Amino acid sequence: MEWASQLCENRGLGSKMTDSKYFTTTKKGEIFELKAELNSDKKEKKKEAVKKVIASMTVGKDVSALFPDVVNCMQTDNLELKKLVYLYLMNYAKSQPDMAIMAVNTFVKDCEDPNPLIRALAVRTMGCIRVDKITEYLCEPLRKCLKDEDPYVRKTAAVCVAKLHDINAQLVEDQGFLDTLKDLISDSNPMVVANAVAALSEIAESHPNSNLLDLNPQTINKLLTALNECTEWGQIFILDCLANYTPRDDRESQSICERVTPRLSHANSAVVLSAVKVLMKFMEMLPKDLDYYGTLLKKLAPPLVTLLSAEPELQYVALRNINLIVQKRPEILKHEMKVFFVKYNDPIYVKLEKLDIMIRLASQANIAQVLAELKEYATEVDVDFVRKAVRAIGRCAIKVEQSAERCVSTLLDLIQTKVNYVVQEAIVVIKDIFRKYPNKYESVIATLCENLDSLDEPEARAAMIWIVGEYAERIDNADELLESFLEGFHDESTQVQLQLLTAIVKLFLKKPTETQELVQQVLSLATQDSDNPDLRDRGYIYWRLLSTDPVAAKEVVLAEKPLISEETDLIEPTLLDELICHIGTLASVYHKPPSAFVEGGRGVQHKRLPARAGSGESAESPDVGQAVSAVSDAPPAVIPSQGDLLGDLLNLDLAPPTSNVPPVPSSMQMGAMDLLGGGLDSLLGGDVGGSPAMGVSLGGAPVGMPAGLGAAPAVGGGLGDLFDLGGGVGVTAGSYIPPKTVWLPAMKAKGLEISGTFARRSGVIHMDLSFTNKAMSVMTDFAIQFNKNSFGLAPAGPLQVLTPLSPNQTVDVSLPLSTTGPVMKMEPLNNLQVAVKNNIDVFYFSCQYPISLLFVEDGKMDRQVFLATWKDIPSENEAQFQIKDCHLNSDAASNKLQGSNIFTVAKRTVDTQDMLYQSVKLTNGIWMLAELRIQTGNPNSTDLELSVKCRAPEVSQYVYQCYELILRN
Amino acid sequence: MIGGLFIYNHKGEVLISRVYRDDIGRNAVDAFRVNVIHARQQVRSPVTNIARTSFFHVKRSNIWLAAVTKQNVNAAMVFEFLYKMCDVMTAYFGKISEENIKNNFVLIYELLDEILDFGYPQNSETGALKTFITQQGIKSQLQTKEEQSQITSQVTGQIGWRREGIKYRRNELFLDVLESVNLLMSPQGQVLSAHVSGRVVMKSYLSGMPECKFGMNDKIVIDKQGKGGTTDEAGKSELGGSSGKQSIAIDDCTFHQCVRLSKFDSERSISFIPPDGEYELMRYRTTKDIILPFRVIPLVREVGRTKLEVKVVIKSNFKPSLLAQKIEVRIPTPLNTSGVQVICMKGKAKYKASENAIVWKIKRMAGMKESQISAEIELLPTNDKKKWARPPISMNFEVPFAPSGLKVRYLKVFEPKLNYSDHDVIKWVRYIGRSGIYETRC
Repeated sequence: MEWASQLCENRGLGSKMTDSKYFTTTKKGEIFELKAELNSDKKEKKKEAVKKVIASMTVGKDVSALFPDVVNCMQTDNLELKKLVYLYLMNYAKSQPDMAIMAVNTFVKDCEDPNPLIRALAVRTMGCIRVDKITEYLCEPLRKCLKDEDPYVRKTAAVCVAKLHDINAQLVEDQGFLDTLKDLISDSNPMVVANAVAALSEIAESHPNSNLLDLNPQTINKLLTALNECTEWGQIFILDCLANYTPRDDRESQSICERVTPRLSHANSAVVLSAVKVLMKFMEMLPKDLDYYGTLLKKLAPPLVTLLSAEPELQYVALRNINLIVQKRPEILKHEMKVFFVKYNDPIYVKLEKLDIMIRLASQANIAQVLAELKEYATEVDVDFVRKAVRAIGRCAIKVEQSAERCVSTLLDLIQTKVNYVVQEAIVVIKDIFRKYPNKYESVIATLCENLDSLDEPEARAAMIWIVGEYAERIDNADELLESFLEGFHDESTQVQLQLLTAIVKLFLKKPTETQELVQQVLSLATQDSDNPDLRDRGYIYWRLLSTDPVAAKEVVLAEKPLISEETDLIEPTLLDELICHIGTLASVYHKPPSAFVEGGRGVQHKRLPARAGSGESAESPDVGQAVSAVSDAPPAVIPSQGDLLGDLLNLDLAPPTSNVPPVPSSMQMGAMDLLGGGLDSLLGGDVGGSPAMGVSLGGAPVGMPAGLGAAPAVGGGLGDLFDLGGGVGVTAGSYIPPKTVWLPAMKAKGLEISGTFARRSGVIHMDLSFTNKAMSVMTDFAIQFNKNSFGLAPAGPLQVLTPLSPNQTVDVSLPLSTTGPVMKMEPLNNLQVAVKNNIDVFYFSCQYPISLLFVEDGKMDRQVFLATWKDIPSENEAQFQIKDCHLNSDAASNKLQGSNIFTVAKRTVDTQDMLYQSVKLTNGIWMLAELRIQTGNPNSTDLELSVKCRAPEVSQYVYQCYELILRN
Repeated sequence: MIGGLFIYNHKGEVLISRVYRDDIGRNAVDAFRVNVIHARQQVRSPVTNIARTSFFHVKRSNIWLAAVTKQNVNAAMVFEFLYKMCDVMTAYFGKISEENIKNNFVLIYELLDEILDFGYPQNSETGALKTFITQQGIKSQLQTKEEQSQITSQVTGQIGWRREGIKYRRNELFLDVLESVNLLMSPQGQVLSAHVSGRVVMKSYLSGMPECKFGMNDKIVIDKQGKGGTTDEAGKSELGGSSGKQSIAIDDCTFHQCVRLSKFDSERSISFIPPDGEYELMRYRTTKDIILPFRVIPLVREVGRTKLEVKVVIKSNFKPSLLAQKIEVRIPTPLNTSGVQVICMKGKAKYKASENAIVWKIKRMAGMKESQISAEIELLPTNDKKKWARPPISMNFEVPFAPSGLKVRYLKVFEPKLNYSDHDVIKWVRYIGRSGIYETRC
């Protein structure tokens, strides 16, 4: 087989060219010399000079000074020279826009050349010269080229439309190029079709609502026909485009699937993955009892496995995608475990991904094989890989109960190797196994204790301390072990400190007589000598619990722990569905939605899987649905007294809970830090490492607690920009205040009725509350707290209900709020979960605040800034709304809105329409721009049209609600 | 789509830089050099995100190729394109090396201009590209109008991989069935995983636009024909159809883009118009009933802390009339090895300290034979706590049959427009089985 490459090599050696010499010139005065050579009369010399210029350009030297000289070489019959000059032009035209015009004539002339290769070259290059002035000249040649008789020119022109759109979108629309491009979808040449599809798809990404691609059964049919005929790359463009289509019914869905499945045998992995994407998506619509559904599932497995014989980089892409597919439809690959076994020579990134998938596929049927493999891996060289393998053994134990015993003994073997990081990793996972199977494997504790000294990683130390505390009654020298850790208490990481505190309290509750001193010591270390608020808070709670009611303390600290979930690192279902729609793309590699890594707005609209036809069974893959953090669950109107909220509330001025300890939500995540002791611990543990919880005075505690902490905001990764804090306070009046509504009915709150509303007065947000006592006894000791919420609303001071509330009495209270509380995105965005406590109990409710509450007084944007910002925000972030039957003229509307801090920046009247351009700023610094169109001519048309543009488009809908509310009242 | 493409040497110097999109700046070039090429750690992912810019990279000998983007591109496509780019360059100037790239940088820019437009890959079949882009510069100025339109219709056409008007005095084709057999065996001789990944490589020297049909002993086809009773007797043993397994179960196969996939999907027949010259017709994978040409039986004994005794037996497991070649057994040794004594019955064995292995080479070995090596490994005492990882014993070999059992049944050629028939075509078939990753744990 080598003859071919040998042949080529010979040809290479024999050829005259040794272009590498162009890379070597580094002497001074080079530019000057080049200039002379470029202006030489000899063609050969000119060409040589241009080559030198290009070589300099490549290595990063600035040769833009030679612009006029290089452009002068453009008018030549020598195509090679011409191409070189074009290359130079593409690089430097932008920095020399005026000079670039010099080139226009040649381009226009070349677009008329009899040689189609030259016509195409001209139109291709012209599109790459990103100078506004040139685009005008480009239009005519481009129009001709789009209708050229030669398919090579047409396919090049099709891409050029996308280039032009990127420079000047308006021009493309005005010139009608989009329609011409759409016509090319029906072109007789498959490559023209493919490029037109690619160009249209790209343009459509920046116009999400434009229906530009207009996919209907006829066009789909054309695409499917072209699919059979075009190049491998064209097939990818077409399949990626098909994936955006939503079939009308399951029959259409099936017929498309049937025509796409042959692509699974293509040699190009990208074609295969794009076909898989179409199939995975359209499969959603097929009824599960359909024979074809089963056939399709079977057809998907072999090509996915084949992807693993590709080059390593592609294997990596394939594995990242398979990871998603396995989570979405575990049945497809459940019998293919072996192909994910790690090979000795696999690159590390392939190894780690394979391991991930192995754990997901592990089941009773294959666990023996899997374990044998994992044990091998645990002796490999790469530290990350070994750690992950050890962890995987623990996961297997938790996932497949039958294997637990074998896993534990494997882990013990590994601990015997005394390899430091293996031991530490093993201890971390054994702790999880204890949690899953309580009272089963404690016999190994002795072995674990032997390794206490070698643990130097916080996670492993924390795990070991947890184990000692949890099983203190069975470890004779538990107090000594824990005491030894206590010596260096202040040098430990927070994780270990917290764990040590809890473990010693547990120990104390189990063996009170011998450990009193120890517990005193740790409590004072935690509360007096530490400046970590989490640690201090926890210390105080324990202290208080222990000093007031040791029985309750026991119930709380030693409560039965909830079981841990089987699966970890599962992708949240809505994100998973979105990622399935992005199979093959970067999003599927990063396991992040495009919006997380793509700048601006291009292609970041959320994709969704189509709904199944017929009876909508949404419980598709039940095993996936679980174990997802509670964040995504929409909270009910009245929250049952459990969950995260209580955790926050425990920091309030509460008497120790006397009755039943609420169950912890079953959605605790493994691997998180919250593997602490009792129910209380886990609740508090939720915050470990996160935001400091709010501390309000704790009665009885020895030292005054910091009161009313405006806790540092916990800005979560992806939400960062949305919830950035900022905000300003100005002065205004006259904003609309909705009437009070009942938030907490008396029935649900042992006789306490709470109604309320929100208002913004003098730049301060107020929560106006009415408490009504409908019970028979007096109520006292009111307190309030909010759960974390989208905009960090928090009480700015304590709730002032000064006098006891007698039966049938109502008291009105206005609570000022700040926006500096902890932030967590809520669904809906404006949801607020509140807990109110009185002498009887703690009550929970949730309410929604108008987002206008957050509109700040300095929200008027400068006109110029407005214009620039409007342009800058991608158009897919624009949302359109209609406000029906509103009888206001533009001035009245403008005034009304201004009262609520919606400012009119400019007004424009076109024909019978008034357009108000308005800006709003939220407390967290987010700007919203709006255009409000009001009909003036016709008294019968009373509908207003509103477009809202915002970098955080999820807010738009709430802004619209505010407009409705304000304009109607 | 792809925003830019850079080629670097191992030092991180830019050899080729072509930017297709505005969002990719010159700083991207440096970002990749600093964060990936000069990074101290080995590559942890072939896709690296640096400051919201994604870099897809592959390495060929000392050369890095990186495609850069800021958008949510089709990642699989980008890698496929990078591989294709390597193929194209190899087809034009041979090995991808710094010297070759510098010598051909004008050509590479020209190719990049042609096969990637605004970041969208275009026709990248070398057969088509070579009709108008050559190392000696561009041909087109010498071409007639007919030639020009022939080029453009070929580049954009349905059969972009073959040009019209090819003529050979002697119509000839070569089929190579190349298989690599992969094995992972436990020390006890249990097969942990085994599969064959095979390729059918065709070299065709055929005139005109021949229509070809390829047939093999695919279980699904044979079973279907058996039921229908229309066994294609004529085709059955037309090409080297020796006895052996009747049919084999193919787990999955993929085809060169010339093969009509919809036809394969509906009828399971493989029909195509081949590219001229050499190309890969299909790839396939089988996991059932694989003939494992060699069995390795390891025996490792630790004698105290400073000595290892290793005995390895290999057994060949195929017809005695066949000969295996280029046999090589690689027995890993611990890092603290101080000396090795080897005795082998056949071939030559050597301890290679630089590779931490004993390499045992046997030139030829017939089927159903057995051979043995034994070695004593002296170890330096160490206080390293970490145990030796005992990497698996690996093997290399080449055998003149297909371990999957695949047989070519026929390859028919039809060219209705020219006056040669299937019988006039000279056909050659060859089977080569090679070791892929063939490992036995010890």
